Amino acid sequence: MGGLLRKLGSATTLAVAVIVPILLLTALPWWLLLALIGALAGWMAVTRTGRQAWSVTQVGIATIPQRLGSSSVVVVGIAGVVGVLVALLAMGAGFETTLRETGTDDTAIVMRAGAQTELNSVLDHDTAALVSQAPQVLKSAQGRPIASPELVVVASLAKKSNGLDANVEIRGIGERAWDLRPNVQIVAGRRFVPGLRELIAGKGASGQFKNLDVGSTLKLNGQVWTIVGEFDSGDSHNSELWGDTDVVGSTYRRGSSTTSINLRLTDAGAFDALKATLASDPRLKVDVSTTREYYNKQSENLAQIIRVLGTTVATIMAIGALFGALNTMYAAVATRAREIATLRAIGFRGLPVIVSVLLETMLLATLGGVLGAALAWAIFHNYTASTLGANFSQVVFAFDVSPALLWSGLKWALAIGFVGGLFPAVRAARLPVTAGLREL
Amino acid sequence: MKYFHLVWSALFRRKTRTIFTLLSVLAAFLLFGLLDSVRTAFANAGGSIAGVDRLITISKVSFTVALPKSLLPRIQAVPGVAQVSYANWFGGIYQDPKNFFPNEAVAENFLDLFPEWALSDAERTAFKQTRTGAVVGETLARKFNWKVGDKIPLQATIFPQKDGSNAWTFDLVGIFHAKDPKLQGQENVLFFNWSYFDEASRFRSGTVGWYLTKLADRNQADRVAQAIDKLSADSDHETKTQSEQAFTAAFVSQFADIGLIVGAIMGAVFFTLVLLTGNTMAQAVRERIPELAVLKTIGFSNRSVLGLVLSESALLLLLGGAIGLAIAGVVVGIVRVKLGATVPLARVNGPIWLRGLALMLLIGFIVGVLPALRGMRLRIVDALSGR
Repeated sequence: MGGLLRKLGSATTLAVAVIVPILLLTALPWWLLLALIGALAGWMAVTRTGRQAWSVTQVGIATIPQRLGSSSVVVVGIAGVVGVLVALLAMGAGFETTLRETGTDDTAIVMRAGAQTELNSVLDHDTAALVSQAPQVLKSAQGRPIASPELVVVASLAKKSNGLDANVEIRGIGERAWDLRPNVQIVAGRRFVPGLRELIAGKGASGQFKNLDVGSTLKLNGQVWTIVGEFDSGDSHNSELWGDTDVVGSTYRRGSSTTSINLRLTDAGAFDALKATLASDPRLKVDVSTTREYYNKQSENLAQIIRVLGTTVATIMAIGALFGALNTMYAAVATRAREIATLRAIGFRGLPVIVSVLLETMLLATLGGVLGAALAWAIFHNYTASTLGANFSQVVFAFDVSPALLWSGLKWALAIGFVGGLFPAVRAARLPVTAGLREL
Repeated sequence: MKYFHLVWSALFRRKTRTIFTLLSVLAAFLLFGLLDSVRTAFANAGGSIAGVDRLITISKVSFTVALPKSLLPRIQAVPGVAQVSYANWFGGIYQDPKNFFPNEAVAENFLDLFPEWALSDAERTAFKQTRTGAVVGETLARKFNWKVGDKIPLQATIFPQKDGSNAWTFDLVGIFHAKDPKLQGQENVLFFNWSYFDEASRFRSGTVGWYLTKLADRNQADRVAQAIDKLSADSDHETKTQSEQAFTAAFVSQFADIGLIVGAIMGAVFFTLVLLTGNTMAQAVRERIPELAVLKTIGFSNRSVLGLVLSESALLLLLGGAIGLAIAGVVVGIVRVKLGATVPLARVNGPIWLRGLALMLLIGFIVGVLPALRGMRLRIVDALSGR
């Protein structure tokens, strides 16, 4: 009978060890955690068992300095998991944020039907003119439609990081582009003069590529272009070089064709009407989407890959850290066996012992989680990187270590700490008093 | 070797602790195997053994800018050039953008430049003679369950037909495979006839995306590359010629610095692992001080005690690491079978095992050396009296 009960007991432990971390990782909001901590504190302050648990925990925590080496295994192991998890997820989040912020609901982009990306699209001059005349396009104070015919082409330049050639996007923009994207600021030099072979470089591009400082020149198809300014848009346009559509078109022998028309809608609700207008015109074979939809779609795949990669890596690391924590806590329980047995002999129940070991482990885990999250934040927050984007050119983005990511890192730490502490805690509570007292 | 039994029983003196430590080591090397497999796959894409005698010529401005077809006879005339072919990126979509695979319009003789791909003579001829013919790699054919004779519809993203329609249909006339399994990743591609593309496409007629040159002598690569670029120097279509590997390596590095990311993760993992196993080893030796003293008393030299403890930590790492790498091999194998060679995962083979074993020994030494020195230096009298 006793054996069966013990077995049932360990089955319960196992079930708890599986269910609680899952709940913790998937469903725990911060206020519930606070409530739980509050409830625990209340229990410790008011009830007799609670007060016992508190005093046992105090003893455990006080002896941590004697076991500094093995306790640091828990802290560093969990810090590693949380650091890597947060850094990888911050990479995906940064890429996603950069592209998401590029689009809005009240601007739209028109491309050739089936083109998917601007680089693949070709629109002739007549199409561009027709699209700009749609009634849903906002007019400027001078009564001209705020629409920018744009030409996206690619140039191959050497990167600062490794000297290898990588693609940078050159965007020829129309004169209304400045009204279309009021967030763009010139941070150095000046705007390019339409009609001249002048370019302005986005902040991200000039950070990643060689020779894009104001005043430097670059040769495209045998023609010399001058960088006359640097701009900051705070979004993925920062990865681009901007020039005059017509001049870029002549250098790349594109005639009067463009790759897309970007336009500002009279209001966000006008999009469906615009779509219907363009679809009903038999002269047009175009796709239209809001810029928000267009840029969001570009980040989907990569963000998904990074999420899967980050979670897989962190899960395997978490398994490693978990066994480290188990080792440490089993050893801690073993060294305190006599003390725990003494407590049991003078009338302490099993529950305070379990709570104290669990609390101690989770405290160490929290410490590790905070350490890992802090390291990830210190090293990687706003760290810039770039990858190949939809237009076959580099998209520069900054890692985004957001509070939400730090919180999920901390939840991972708590989950590992919980499982790592639970089994040793149960072992401590089950230790036969007589055997424990005889331990050295 | 004669002390193996001694080392083994010392290792499993505390079963639970050793098994937990082994599992940590296992997790670390499982991760190492998986990540190194990804890294190797990206590195292989750039550094395949085949292709050392091929040059690729693209527009100096960018890969996306077309070159005139009139360059072909001029490149052929460059001394040291054995054979020239050309191709154009098509970028068609099969059913859904998620099904992405490269598809290119290629010259008649394009496949002749790739002796590392096996395609039967009959299929080779069929490709040359069928206007709308296409050949695909075996990996791709298996993924979509294509057979010779199938019609493959592709939705154009860049090149509509002359009437503006994006629908292109090709007749599958051949399936090729890589002779070297290492190059299986390159089987994920569809080729069709450039002449059909040139005649049916609305844009870019008379131009090609890139030229591919086979060298008569691979040692002449630099000279020939310079000679080819000189043909169009200072024109409005300057070229850049480089070896196929250099081109692919630069291309792959545009996605991300895979080596750096993998390196950073493994750095964090192994730092933790050293601390963790180091702690285990320190505990194990601390507990056994009297036993080590007994060994010394019965005549073990200082050096053999050092050796015993070091072997113990090396064994711990090797045991956990080998199981971890073996599991990584199985996982990679399963993923490759399920998803084909399209995922960037290389087989966990010799070089990965060698790197893994070297790391196991290195970490085994690092974590073992301090406890081992302690064991070596202990004085029998002190240790036996528990001081």
